[in-house]
Amino acid sequence: MLSPADLATLPFDDWVNAFVRGWLVPNFRPAFRAAQVPVTLVLNNLNAFLLFVPMLLTTAAFAAVAWRVVGSGMAIFTLVGFAFIDMIGLWPETMTTLAMILTSVIFCAVIGIPLGILSARSDRMWKVMRPVLDIMQTIPSFVYLVPIVMLFGVGMAPGIIATIIFALPPIVRLTNLGIRNVRSDLIEAAHAFGSTGWQMLWDVQIPLALRTIMAGLNQTLMLALSMVVITALIGAGGLGLVVNTGLGRLDVGGATAGGVGIVILAIVLDRITQGLAEKAKVGRVSLGRSLLGLLRFQGSGGSGSGAQIKKAG
Amino acid sequence: MQAKLSVRNVYKIFGDTPAAALERLRQGESKAAILEASGATVGVQDASFEVGEGEIFVVMGLSGSGKSTLVRMLNGLIPPSSGEILIDGEDIASCSPQTLRRIRREKVAMIFQHFALFPHWTVVGNVAYGLKVKGMGAAERRARAMETLEQVGLAPWADSLPSDLSGGMQQRVGLARGLATGPQILLMDEPFGALDPLIRRQMQEELLILQKTLKKTIVFITHDLNEALLLGDRIAIMKDGQLVQTGTAQEIVTAPADDYVAAFVADIDRGRVFTAEDISGPPTAVQLHSDTPDQARRLMEDADSHALHVVDGERLVGLVTYKDLTAQSPDAMGRPGTLRQALITDFATTDGNAPLHTLYTDAGSGLPIAVTDGRKRLVGVVQPRDVLAQLSTETQAPTTEATDAQPR
Repeated sequence: MLSPADLATLPFDDWVNAFVRGWLVPNFRPAFRAAQVPVTLVLNNLNAFLLFVPMLLTTAAFAAVAWRVVGSGMAIFTLVGFAFIDMIGLWPETMTTLAMILTSVIFCAVIGIPLGILSARSDRMWKVMRPVLDIMQTIPSFVYLVPIVMLFGVGMAPGIIATIIFALPPIVRLTNLGIRNVRSDLIEAAHAFGSTGWQMLWDVQIPLALRTIMAGLNQTLMLALSMVVITALIGAGGLGLVVNTGLGRLDVGGATAGGVGIVILAIVLDRITQGLAEKAKVGRVSLGRSLLGLLRFQGSGGSGSGAQIKKAG
Repeated sequence: MQAKLSVRNVYKIFGDTPAAALERLRQGESKAAILEASGATVGVQDASFEVGEGEIFVVMGLSGSGKSTLVRMLNGLIPPSSGEILIDGEDIASCSPQTLRRIRREKVAMIFQHFALFPHWTVVGNVAYGLKVKGMGAAERRARAMETLEQVGLAPWADSLPSDLSGGMQQRVGLARGLATGPQILLMDEPFGALDPLIRRQMQEELLILQKTLKKTIVFITHDLNEALLLGDRIAIMKDGQLVQTGTAQEIVTAPADDYVAAFVADIDRGRVFTAEDISGPPTAVQLHSDTPDQARRLMEDADSHALHVVDGERLVGLVTYKDLTAQSPDAMGRPGTLRQALITDFATTDGNAPLHTLYTDAGSGLPIAVTDGRKRLVGVVQPRDVLAQLSTETQAPTTEATDAQPR
């Protein structure tokens, strides 16, 4: 049977090895190491903060936000869920995982929203961006774990970098979509009054695309959560490590406990971010104002003025 | 009147190769042939006109006639393929982006068919938008926006969201947003097209009232000929990207340039185009004291009318009818009747500029209507039959051909 392999065989794997090991790692390892400094910085601070704040206070804060943006049902779920996590002894691991996820999402937003805006404003940029995002979304994450370990080493920060690669596409795609979908007559009106590009972006495009951008942020958050177990393979801690350890020891109980922790965290974060996205549409107020509203609630929440809060929500 | 805005030989061609298509067009090829050969669509073809300071210039055309493209070229939203657009002598088509932005911020404002209000801002925020773009401080622009909202009567709704307002109110916000920056030129792209007829009529009248004090230079786009005739100091009729005829309302109704225009004006409301002056006759009248009923009757017979106005010196005092004068009988002492005895003092008067439709009721009484000047002197007489005759006049173009050119 004739096949192309009879004529020539391509040592593709050797090429990749030569490229990564022979060129990329020796030449750029310091650069990549330096690149993870901001990630480590944010992560360590967040992690330290979340571990420092007492469990009850954190739980109360999450429950309050859930009440404000979703409803009383979600607030009760948050209270019960977080209490359950604490009682099965996984609170510190959960906070570490939360710190990792928040760090990933912050970096995804910082990188992804500007990329999405650029993609929306230039068709050429989007032509380049689209296949890159497609590759990022389809390539199995295990494939890039190895080069990441080679370049960044093992530990939390490399795990977060892997998470960023995995979770970045939706925020870019949805920012692009949101901005492209802003009504063309509003763009035209902004032009007609002599807006500059920046004025257009800040005053019209971003506020009107906010709901879609928030939906992208929600998707990114969910993807980041799904990487928790995988990144534990390269030395990231938290609930992923609990699951992995359980698997390694065939300890069904331990693995399940870690899994349940992830699920509870996922549900709480998902509902809250979805609620924020909804708010971006219904109230049609700026993100600043809705965040301000949250703060105001937390202030008055302590004094227990429930009726007022319900009305505001 | 000085030209505020002049448009000279402007072309707009949509497609990948506008230059080639433009060349073909100038050589006289048809638009269909150009579309076939190069895939380019002709949006506007050789448009030229001037708009004077303080004038309302209406561009009227059906959908697809290129009128929206034309108005968008006037503030550079769509760059023309060829030609010049001068605002106070500055060419919009060839100026730098900075100059264009300055002109948009300071001289030209636009009002859109579907309002195009920013849904995430309150009414006052929308109105202040142009000021914000200019870089004015928050407190000052709110104050200015509130003043403009007062002008359009929407100050109580300043802090509502646009979606809470009705269509007519939303367009008033659009108008206020356009006026807030104090532009000299307003571009209005079918501003009342999305409103229901009653509100539309109201908005048209309000615009005319506002214009009396504002004296803006307005380019108004519409597909409604009645609206064009009501608002326009001058009107341009547009068809397939070309200006077919430019002129005043009366010029267009009385002398349509071609069958297309004729077909349009065939069924317009002539009562809104013509004024009392257009159909009034000479100010024939009799003197109350010096003329006799017999003289009045003779005058009426000569003029083939059945009523005549009566003046006392220069002052208009009433009118007499032929019937009343004939029915007069000598009084007990055998003296003939006088004009004073037959005088009807309850009579209709009108201003020379009043549109014809305001005379319908008075014409219905059958008595002639006095056209008076500012000092209440008789300057003309409108016969009721002339009102009706004017309304039923056929336009000059042959009606059979006009039917072929019926607008789609």
